[in-house]
Amino acid sequence: MRQFSYERAADPAGAAARAAEVEGAKFIAGGTNLLDLMKLEIETPVHLIDVNGLGLDEITETDEGGLRIGALVRNTDLAADERIRRDYPVLTRALVAGASGQLRNKATTGGNLLQRTRCPYFYDTAQPCNKRAPGSGCAALSEGAFSRQLGVIGTSDACIATHPSDMAVGMRALDAVVETVTPNGMTRSIPLEEFHLLPGETPEQETALMPGEIITAVTLPAPVGGVQTYHKVRDRASYAFALVSVALIRQPDGTGRVALGGVAPRPWRSAEADAELPKGAEAVMARLLEGARPTEENAFKITLATRTLAAMLAEE
Amino acid sequence: MQFNQPAGDNLFDESRVVGMPAQRVDGPLKVTGQAPYAYERHDVAEGQVVGYPVVSTIARGRITGMRTEVARQAPGVLDIVTTLDVGEMPMPSGMNAAPLFGGAEIWHYHQAVAVVVAESFEQARAAAALVEVDYDQTEGSYDLESAWQEMREDRSDPVSRVGDFESAYDAAEVTLDAEYRTPSHSHAMMEPHATIADWQDGKLTVWTSNQMVEWSRQALATTLEMAPEDVRLDSPYIGGGFGAKLFLRADAVLAALGARKVGRPVKVMLPRPMIMNNTTHRASTIQRIRIGAQSDGRITAIAHEAISHTLPGGSGENAVAQTRRFYAGENRLIVNHLAEMHLPEANAMRAPGEAAGLMALEIAMDEMAEKLGMDPVEFRAVNDTQVDPEDPERAYSDRHFVECLRQGAEAFGWDARNTAPGATRDGEWLIGYGVAGAYRDGPAMQSGARVRLQEGGRLVVETDMTDIGTGSYTILAQTVAETMGVGIDEVEVRLGDSAYPVSAGSGGQWGAASSTAGAYAACLALREQIAGRLGVNDPEAITLADGAVNTGEKQVTLASLAEDGELVAEDSMEFGDFRDGEHVVSTFAAHFVELGVHVGTGEIRLRRMLAACDAGRILNPITARSQVIGGMVMGVGAAMMEDMAIDTARGYFPAHDLAGYEVPVHMDIPAQEVTFLDTLDPVSTPLKAKGVGELGLCGVAAAVANAVYNATGVRVRSYPMTMDKYIDQLPAV
Ligand SMILES: Cc1cc2nc3c(=O)[nH]c(=O)nc-3n(C[C@H](O)[C@H](O)[C@H](O)COP(=O)(O)OP(=O)(O)OC[C@H]3O[C@@H](n4cnc5c(N)ncnc54)[C@H](O)[C@@H]3O)c2cc1C
Ligand code: SF4
Repeated sequence: MRQFSYERAADPAGAAARAAEVEGAKFIAGGTNLLDLMKLEIETPVHLIDVNGLGLDEITETDEGGLRIGALVRNTDLAADERIRRDYPVLTRALVAGASGQLRNKATTGGNLLQRTRCPYFYDTAQPCNKRAPGSGCAALSEGAFSRQLGVIGTSDACIATHPSDMAVGMRALDAVVETVTPNGMTRSIPLEEFHLLPGETPEQETALMPGEIITAVTLPAPVGGVQTYHKVRDRASYAFALVSVALIRQPDGTGRVALGGVAPRPWRSAEADAELPKGAEAVMARLLEGARPTEENAFKITLATRTLAAMLAEE
Repeated sequence: MQFNQPAGDNLFDESRVVGMPAQRVDGPLKVTGQAPYAYERHDVAEGQVVGYPVVSTIARGRITGMRTEVARQAPGVLDIVTTLDVGEMPMPSGMNAAPLFGGAEIWHYHQAVAVVVAESFEQARAAAALVEVDYDQTEGSYDLESAWQEMREDRSDPVSRVGDFESAYDAAEVTLDAEYRTPSHSHAMMEPHATIADWQDGKLTVWTSNQMVEWSRQALATTLEMAPEDVRLDSPYIGGGFGAKLFLRADAVLAALGARKVGRPVKVMLPRPMIMNNTTHRASTIQRIRIGAQSDGRITAIAHEAISHTLPGGSGENAVAQTRRFYAGENRLIVNHLAEMHLPEANAMRAPGEAAGLMALEIAMDEMAEKLGMDPVEFRAVNDTQVDPEDPERAYSDRHFVECLRQGAEAFGWDARNTAPGATRDGEWLIGYGVAGAYRDGPAMQSGARVRLQEGGRLVVETDMTDIGTGSYTILAQTVAETMGVGIDEVEVRLGDSAYPVSAGSGGQWGAASSTAGAYAACLALREQIAGRLGVNDPEAITLADGAVNTGEKQVTLASLAEDGELVAEDSMEFGDFRDGEHVVSTFAAHFVELGVHVGTGEIRLRRMLAACDAGRILNPITARSQVIGGMVMGVGAAMMEDMAIDTARGYFPAHDLAGYEVPVHMDIPAQEVTFLDTLDPVSTPLKAKGVGELGLCGVAAAVANAVYNATGVRVRSYPMTMDKYIDQLPAV
């Protein structure tokens, strides 16, 4: 870990302005991801701006009948909120499938969206990784590499990492929108769908945020009802990242929405694939995973995603 | 004291304390955070500073240059010791395969190449990242599959050959020929390797976390070219080892060199991301098993041929070990290949050999039973042997494997299961049942102890034996309490200090059997002194009970004997050749598993597990049960998830922490039942005891694998049984 200075921000606009002004500054919220990465010198901020005191820790109702979740609302509190449990159960289910109780007590809504990939080569600073060290190459794509956990779609020749969040998959199924404040004090609303970027040639650019821009909230539109489930598949029963996870919202008429985790650089969903839902899992996945480019080691994720959705649809 | 013939009746046959379910004597210290683990021993040496390792980022080659100037200027840095500074050092021991430090040669990824010593941990870590190393990288070999293809047909140097395997196999009515794969495993113990080192007047003390105190004291002296008398090692509490701490490791060497350089005590802990590649692991294996049997189920031919990887000079994973003796059969062939590869050092991990070997053999037995149309319990029972099948002159000292199978089957309700694979369903779950046999040697090693009878009649036992979470403190207290006729609370147990008599240490599941025998020997020496004091010539003529000695004529308290100063006695138990020369001393178990496989996702959820164990006298059913259920958890890990995948291009294990190397969590483990057969093995030790610490792991993974087959009808021969290996063969959702 490199030396760094630290300050507590007083308001979102001030925090954003400071972050843009101090070269190498970063926000810190729960710290559950950032501090780990700093210890390994994968992240090397020289200045930390603590956003915990910004009063962004409430869940309030919006005029549109939805909910506005402050960026500092802890994963535990969000999952337990009565309104979320009643009207957006897919989000609660996704949240409690993530990390551990202790981590969720600390982890925040904003921090969760911005957690970084779990690609094992990203974690070893001795190895080439375009995401960590742009232009150094992608160790995961070389012959003999270990790629079982990595992405099958939305990836590029520069990077095949996944976004590891469960919460974001639930939010994607709910059409969530990320609210931000830019360094010059403007507010922006970014649909979650556009929030995480695909790697292309520049896997180090992971989100639509501009330098210094701070997340203030995530809003959920009015409840869509239906039966909402989340199935996370992994090698052990708990406390592991998803091999594949499926968020499903199913209406009584058989229509609905499907979002996938563990397969792509962002929560993976498409309107075309949703439209296939009445035809069943095969049809949905044929669309949703069309053009997938798995490695030999992770090709099973396609079968797994299809079968997982099929099992969820078979459940009544 | 010599153990030269089977034990006759002795005081343990009427025991009051040994064999009773005593709670751990060190439990309160541990649950209140008071047990002093190596890295937290702030009080043992003043002015401690911190060393942080720098490790190699190539798998094979040479260092051509190192630049430490920038790191030296970093805040708080006191000094840096590099591998080039110290030059090549002697290998620590014949059991280490890779040098731990010293010289320009790189043998494996994350080999230690420098230690940065600074005032604080954070300063040392930050400065360590500033050390630059240039390498001349050379090609290594990292691919076990290709090595296997080359060596597969080479039978020129078998471990053993009995009868004529080939002819018998060809003539057999039913045959099986299958290959199995087990991956590399990490010990993944909770406490990382850690050492505090301090030099005083040319003498070195290390407070460390090590299973084998004397081995490692010798190894440290050898490495540093010192007289062993000038090295003291202290390791009273160990947060898990599983074999990772059997031998000297880099933490101790770096701490010692760092402390010598800066002239202050230095502590070094291996950071978790370095443990997978800096330290040792269980090697991956590929195993081919052929079994031929008559239609009545009797095995007539059995061959086990395996390969594992090792650095030059190491011994890999001896996966064929159990197959030499576990089951009957007149014609046998055992071949064990070592592929020299440049991965980190493969070395012992809990039940080395048998753990990986039974993962394969016990699937093969299941497959064979199915081919024969026999119940897998019955098939194993039919092939029981009471003698060493390679040398029928050597009988098993005490073997009740069939009883394990039968009692286990009865308790588990084995007969009530549905035997047709893939045919039992509970909602979305395919239900399966599996059984496997377990076999692990029951060795004993010479073990010494010193006993002190102190003021007030208290007893203190001192031995360099270790407690790696196993319960050594407790069973030694029980042994001394039994032999000296006092309560367990009257006994204080001191362990892990090389200043104490040399013990067997903790490894190979010999610790409990050997160290209790050693403590017994020391107690008998003390009893002899006591008899002498009381003018009784025959020490066996006295009886000790309730803190008093009875000579038949008079009764005196132990307290009164120590009034004029403590009585001290020391002895060591040596095991004669008759034990393993004339007998096979082993432990046995049968494992039963019920599980569900999710029909859609292939996820496995265990529903219940049962082990029936035969391991001689159970010294303490609480600590023994803990050992067995812990082993079963590890077996579930091996079956379902543990996999140190190899990057075959870079030659290392990319798993860098306990998120990348998954071990079971609570939700993976169902109700576990353990039963111990009421057996005694008089050939093993005076206490008629054997080990259980490794037995609990043996066979478990295969029982899970067999249950997965029974559930799904898909036979997976490659561990771990992750869904990617069978998902496409599951029935439609
Ligand atoms: C062992 C382990 C297991 C885990 N398992 C899972 C899992 O199964 N599923 C899962 O989804 N997650 C898992 N996680 C990840 C966990 O969910 C994240 O670490 C957590 O959500 C991050 O939130 P935080 O508040 O601690 O973020 P921080 O660590 O504080 O920050 C993360 C990033 O977000 C930035 N940031 C934080 N807040 C803001 C803001 N308001 N505006 C702009 N930028 C901001 C920071 O600068 C930083 O770059 C696991 C983590 C660990 C350590
Ligand atoms: S997949 Fe992405 S994160 Fe992983 S090594 Fe390649 S570039 Fe880095």
